[in-house]
Amino acid sequence: MTASRSSVGAALREGFASIRLTIVLLLLLAGTSILGTLIPQNEAPATYRALFGDTGYRFFRALDLFDLYHSWWFQLLALLLAVNLVVCSAERVSRQWALLTGKTPVPDPRRFEGAEARAAFEDPREPAALLAAVEPLFRRRFRRVAVRETQTGGRFLFGESGRGSRWGVYAVHASVLLLLVGGLIGSRFGFDGFVNIPEGETVQTIQLRNTGERLRLPFAIRCESFSVRFYETGAPSEFRSRLVLLEEGREVLRRDILVNDPLEYRGITIYQSSYGTLPGREVQLSFTSRETGMVYTRGMKPGDEFEIPEGLGTFVLLDLRPNASFRGSPVGDAFVGRLIPREGEAVEVLLPVRFPTFDRMRRGEVVIAVEEVKQRHYTGLQVNRDPGVPVVYAGFVLMLVGCYVTFFRAHRQAGLRLEPHGGGSRVVLAMTANKNRAALPSAVERLARELRRR
Amino acid sequence: MTSSILLSATTWVYGLSAFLYLAAWVFHRPGLEALASWAAAVGLAANTAAFFLRWAESYWLGMGHAPLSNLYESLVFFAGMIVLVHLVVERRTGNRVIGAFSAPLAFLALAYASLSPNISDKIQPLIPALKSNWLIAHVVTCFIGYAAFAVAFGVSLMYLLRTRAAAPGRLAGRLPEPELLEEWTHRLVVFGFLFLTAGIITGAVWANTAWGRYWGWDPKETWSLITWFVYATLLHARLVSGWRGRRIAVLSLVGFGAVLFTYFGVNLLPGLHSYQTTG
Repeated sequence: MTASRSSVGAALREGFASIRLTIVLLLLLAGTSILGTLIPQNEAPATYRALFGDTGYRFFRALDLFDLYHSWWFQLLALLLAVNLVVCSAERVSRQWALLTGKTPVPDPRRFEGAEARAAFEDPREPAALLAAVEPLFRRRFRRVAVRETQTGGRFLFGESGRGSRWGVYAVHASVLLLLVGGLIGSRFGFDGFVNIPEGETVQTIQLRNTGERLRLPFAIRCESFSVRFYETGAPSEFRSRLVLLEEGREVLRRDILVNDPLEYRGITIYQSSYGTLPGREVQLSFTSRETGMVYTRGMKPGDEFEIPEGLGTFVLLDLRPNASFRGSPVGDAFVGRLIPREGEAVEVLLPVRFPTFDRMRRGEVVIAVEEVKQRHYTGLQVNRDPGVPVVYAGFVLMLVGCYVTFFRAHRQAGLRLEPHGGGSRVVLAMTANKNRAALPSAVERLARELRRR
Repeated sequence: MTSSILLSATTWVYGLSAFLYLAAWVFHRPGLEALASWAAAVGLAANTAAFFLRWAESYWLGMGHAPLSNLYESLVFFAGMIVLVHLVVERRTGNRVIGAFSAPLAFLALAYASLSPNISDKIQPLIPALKSNWLIAHVVTCFIGYAAFAVAFGVSLMYLLRTRAAAPGRLAGRLPEPELLEEWTHRLVVFGFLFLTAGIITGAVWANTAWGRYWGWDPKETWSLITWFVYATLLHARLVSGWRGRRIAVLSLVGFGAVLFTYFGVNLLPGLHSYQTTG
């Protein structure tokens, strides 16, 4: 039983250690990613029904093709790639452990005999004397240096450098894991929301993008003002929100934010994302007396009272009601007021901004109409918390350094033989490298030139 | 604007260079190759001068941003980088036939920028989303990578022509040795891969400061990742599985196809990078 289980384990490990799996996974990820750019993602069902018909819609939905990058099978592919990468790397690291950690014995001089990159010259000094002259240079050029006496009474100098570059590829693999882990942390412990704040108003709750749920922040955000500047061409040049953060009513931070210049407070980042206009809270109202036809106008804001002439009563402006409705029909943004006639009951008056003559329907003694509303802006803010970002950024740095080291640094080993030769020495320098071997001959030539000068 | 006129002239210098490289190869006139190299170098000098002139012009117009903000400007930079990479390869290999396959790419990029009616060569002010120090880092790294992939594409194409039959024809026979082409495909892909990685990373960091997310599966982001996957496949196939030759060359062509789609094709799809089309 144990034997079969371990053989299953071995087969699994072998499967995951295969480079063929890596190539298949990379190409599958590429191919399915293409699909996700061809099918619009996260649209409304109606859009998809129009595009693919009902059957097509249900089929594609069953395959999660409308939120492909977050589907279980896409994440499974990413997970498989991660496992593949860990198993492959672990196998290779354990195989190369001695090489990676520098525990390899000093190689035999014969190992360098077949090296392509080599240079030879003669020197009048004896090997021992020559060694003393060239060893310091060798030690400067190579990290690890070993000296041996050869059977023929000569000397053999071994040098190696760039051994650490063999770790580069594992740094890249580790960086991919960091990116995945960072992404996971972000989706588990972060949030991604937005909020629209009219100028002058304060909010403490935002709406989350994925779920539509509302989330209460540990602080309130007040938008003091929003401004948009334009170039002469009419293209926008700057969106600026003047924000104040408040904790328990106390101001804790005041700052302007721009696109590309967000604000961070207590791990939550606030970005300038969009803007729009709203009716302002100040309104110019007209009061038309049915009896005399006289029109009285008055600028008001919520809370203001107006004693209408001709004894038509008192009007109190109560509030601006966004997206109001009248007997169940939406009428858009509307002001709400209370008209208190000299006699009789007070009535609530609805004054939709879009329909200035709406109040005529009430057939009252006085018709109240919205003449002019000062527009004001609201700022659209993106509000995020992503504790995975530092992990992801660490992954970015590791990936760049790893890629550079993997591709542009080589593990080089050099063998220098100093053999007795007619009272002097015959010197043979040879080098090997694990990559970029094309650069070796010139490196050997350069080192040989330096050695000859000693 | 003077820079646009200078760039139109550069287009024809690149065209001349491409023509000379091709003529030298097709009609076997090695004498023309040196002339072609000189034309490429003169074109690159003019391209560079126009780039910096355009930068200065944007200051004179009161905008003051690097000329890397729209399709026209990126094509100008792309063309210059292709020629630069090509000249470096030419110098390192001592082989001047390679230009027959890379100089035309630079010419096409700049001709498309100069002649396409859909591409405006006007200097436009930066919209708020592009006002960032990351703009230069992101565009420069991406296009150095793309240029290396473009030259790798030319070299791989040469490899496929050179090795098509046991005994190559006279034209294919004058192409560089397969070993050289195979080696340089790899080198250029490695170089391009490092810069593509840097380009994606700078883009991600920028996206995080502008939009509050480092990755959002926007089509352009996704396609840059697809490109990355293709070249990562190539590198793993070569370095670990020991693939060589034609299969690697084919992957390099596929990779450059992905580059072109990331660059041009994505504009047909909706996404946040859409300001590129209005260039």
